[in-house]
Parts: sequence; C-alpha cells; structure tokens
Amino acid sequence: MLDYSILIEHWDMYMQGFANTLKASVLALIGSFAIGTVMAVFRIAPIRPLNWIGAAYVEFIRNIPLILIVFVFFVGLPAIGIRFDSFTAGTLGLTVYTAAFIAEVIRAGILAVPKGQMEAARSSGLTYLQAMWYVILPQAVKIVIPPMGNQFINLVKNSSVLGVIAGLDLMYFGDLISSETFVTFDVYIFVALFYLLLTIPLSLGVGALERRLAKSR
Amino acid sequence: MFKTVWKKMIGLGLVAMLSATALVGCSSETTTENKTDNKKEQAAETTLDKIKERGKLVVGVKYDLNLFGLKNPQTGEVEGFDIDIAKGLAKKILGDENKIELKEVTSKTRIPMLNNGEIDAIIATMTITEERKKEVDFSDVYFMAGQSLLVKKDSNINSVKDVNKKGVTVLTAKGSTSAQNIRAKAPEATVLEFENYAEAFTALKAGQGDALTTDNALLFGMAKQDPNFRVVDETFSEEPYGIAVRKGDKELLDVINEYLKEIKANGEYDKIYEKWIGEKPKQ
Repeated sequence: MLDYSILIEHWDMYMQGFANTLKASVLALIGSFAIGTVMAVFRIAPIRPLNWIGAAYVEFIRNIPLILIVFVFFVGLPAIGIRFDSFTAGTLGLTVYTAAFIAEVIRAGILAVPKGQMEAARSSGLTYLQAMWYVILPQAVKIVIPPMGNQFINLVKNSSVLGVIAGLDLMYFGDLISSETFVTFDVYIFVALFYLLLTIPLSLGVGALERRLAKSR
Repeated sequence: MFKTVWKKMIGLGLVAMLSATALVGCSSETTTENKTDNKKEQAAETTLDKIKERGKLVVGVKYDLNLFGLKNPQTGEVEGFDIDIAKGLAKKILGDENKIELKEVTSKTRIPMLNNGEIDAIIATMTITEERKKEVDFSDVYFMAGQSLLVKKDSNINSVKDVNKKGVTVLTAKGSTSAQNIRAKAPEATVLEFENYAEAFTALKAGQGDALTTDNALLFGMAKQDPNFRVVDETFSEEPYGIAVRKGDKELLDVINEYLKEIKANGEYDKIYEKWIGEKPKQ
C-alpha cells in the first residue's frame, strides 16, 4: 500500500513542484507553438534562405538530446555572459526543443492541405501570407490537432528535465523528498500521479477538440 | 516481401514489449523476495561469508569526487582516499587488495544499492547521522571532515554568516547532510540541490550560485581543480565519515572496525591521508 504520510508531510514541496511544472509547461507550450509555427512557415515559404533556416533549425535541434539543449542555456550561455536561473534555462531549453517537433507537425499539416487551395487563394488576389493565414492554416489546424496533442503531452513529461538543473519542478522535489525519506517507490508514484493530473486532462481536451472540429469539417 | 518485413518487425516489437513487462515484473518480485530472504539467510550465511565465497569485495564508491573517489580519465581507474581504504579492506578480508569490485554510487543511490544487495559496503564520504543509522550500520569514523563553503577567489563571503542573506544562492548535492545543515545555518539563503557535486560545481562555475557547500575535504579537491575558487577557512559542522554496511551485518562490521584500528596503529592510515589530502591528519 502507498504511504500517504509522505504525501501529507511533504505537501508543500509537491505543490511547489506541481505549480512550477505547470508554469514551465504552459510557458513552453505557448513559446514552442509560436516558434514552431514560424519555423514551419519558413520551411514551406517560397523563399530559399528561409527554407534553409527552417530546415537547419529542425534538423539541428531535434537530433540532439533535450538535456544537452537545456545545458546550453544553463551553463553554456553563462560562459558568454548571458545568465538565466535554472527554471528559466530549463523552460527555454524545453521550448526550443519542442518547437522543432511542432514545426514538423505543422509543416505536415500545411502540406496535407490540397495544393489547389493555395492556388485558388493566390489567384483570387490574396498575398502569400494572407492565403496562408486565412485559407491554409485554418484547414491545417484540424489535421494537426492529434499529433500536436502528442507533442504537448510529451512536453509536459519532458519538463522533468528541469529536475536535473535544480529547476524546482515536480521531479526536483521528488528527488529531494526521496533522498530525505529514503523512500523511492512511493515518492515517485505520487510524482507520477501529479504528472497524470496534468497530462490526462490535456489528453482528453485534445480529444474533445478533435471531435468538435471534425463535426465542423 | 514488404509484408513479411512488416510482420517480422511487428513480431519483434511484441517480443520486446513482452520481455520488458516480464523483466519489470521480475525485478519488482526479486526485491520483495530479497527482503524476506535476507532475514532467513542471515542465520545461514553472512555477508562476510558471501564475500569470501565469491572471492571479491563489492564496494560502492563515488566516481566524481576529486581526492576521495574519482575516475581518472587517462587510465580509467578510480582513485582516491576512499578507494585506498577500500583496497586495504579487501586485503584484510581476502588477502589481496585487487580482489575488489568498485561500483559507482551517488548520495542518492548508495543506501538503496546497499539494501538491495548490489554492494557489500559503502565507502563514499558518507556522514554518520542518526537518521541514516536507522537504515544502515556504520563503522567507526574513518575520516573527520567539516562543512565549509567554496567561493570565487574575489568573493567577499568568508563565513556561513555571509551567505545567510536573501538573494544569496548556495549550491549543493541532493540527499546530502550539507543541504540540511546549510538550511539550518543559513535559513535566508536559497539552496539549490543538484544530482552530484560535479554538477553543482559546474553550476557554480557558470555563475548559477554564490557558493557551493559541502565537506571541506571535497571542496579542497575542487579548488585544486580550478584555481579561480577558494575554500572559506571556517568550518561550521563536524562531519564524521563512516563505512556503511547493511543493518545486522555484524561480522562484516567487526572486521571493518578491526581493520580501521590496525591501519591507524601501523601508520598506513596517515600515509593514505597525506597522499590525498596533502597534510597530516589532525589528532
């Protein structure tokens, strides 16, 4: 049976960790969605140098481990005088990393919209950006919702990387509680439950959104 | 052709998944079994017997601590004060200092690893505390350290009082007594805990904190590595290091204590101490 006294005695720590994990996840979610969208459009836009930037970003970032990207922000940039605290460094790393995956998801969504849509929009006088914004992206959104949901769930779980650089998240406090009480299993079961508290509603939310948009199609 | 490849891949995937679940099942079973088995076996076979039977002493040591237990990247060998003590112990029990297996532990993993039987003893700069005595049995003190602070050469921090201020960040490792001590001595400071001291030191070098706190013996090793840092003179705690064994391993503990008395009497201890710390032990 689980030892609930651990949860009760260390409630403050669990709560602080939960709040920070939530905060890091929300910030990284917004940030990575923004960067990811820009990078996806870069990769598709009919301008060569932008294609290169987008491709370089995606291929470079998604092919190195998350923890290394976080270390770049945590110990790499301070070496050249730019310093972030551990929470910020972790959240930035998470944002930059997830953005590469989101860019690919969005790019796939945009490419899945039939070519004729862009051609029709352009020939009715819209500029490239207008056609993208008013015609292509709204259709792409429906396509990308399921894979996007996956990325967001991954993001919440990946936020546990903050624990390694003392980012005061759930994992960090889980480690602390475990090393204080010498209990491993129960402590991390509670940590897992707190993660589920974030990921399951997210998962259900994505599912509901998917169904609603499917109807309107 | 394509289809068969697919089938094979799916088959492989299933096998991998099944064996993974089977493994998980096994490992959790064995740990619970071990607990009950240990009690039964203690009457029949002690850890000391087991060590002699397999002809090898398995010791948990640190791999990331200069002077105490550090993996030398050139030779691949782990070296340090703790290692020399461990080798001497292997010689005492098995008559050959090479009949030893060193396993890497951290402050976080050492007690679980000892209690699940992966290692016979912990010699990893482990401070003897009342809390830990509930989990493991300790030998006599084999090294007396004191907690201090590592700061930048030009820092104006000279005692623990100087870090007891809002906005000062002190770094240390998870699961260490240093973390508890600094929270008690400097309640105003922000304490950040890392996986190990190497990471804490990396963070300090990156300017992520104002001081790193742990036992002075370890800090001297870090200051030796990077001359941009110095150790504050003041120590604000006594940290007696002990060798830990599983609760109830009395035979092994007796041999360890006997061994410690021997090397202190015959001067071997002083030699090891001077070799690593650079000065004679204070009496």
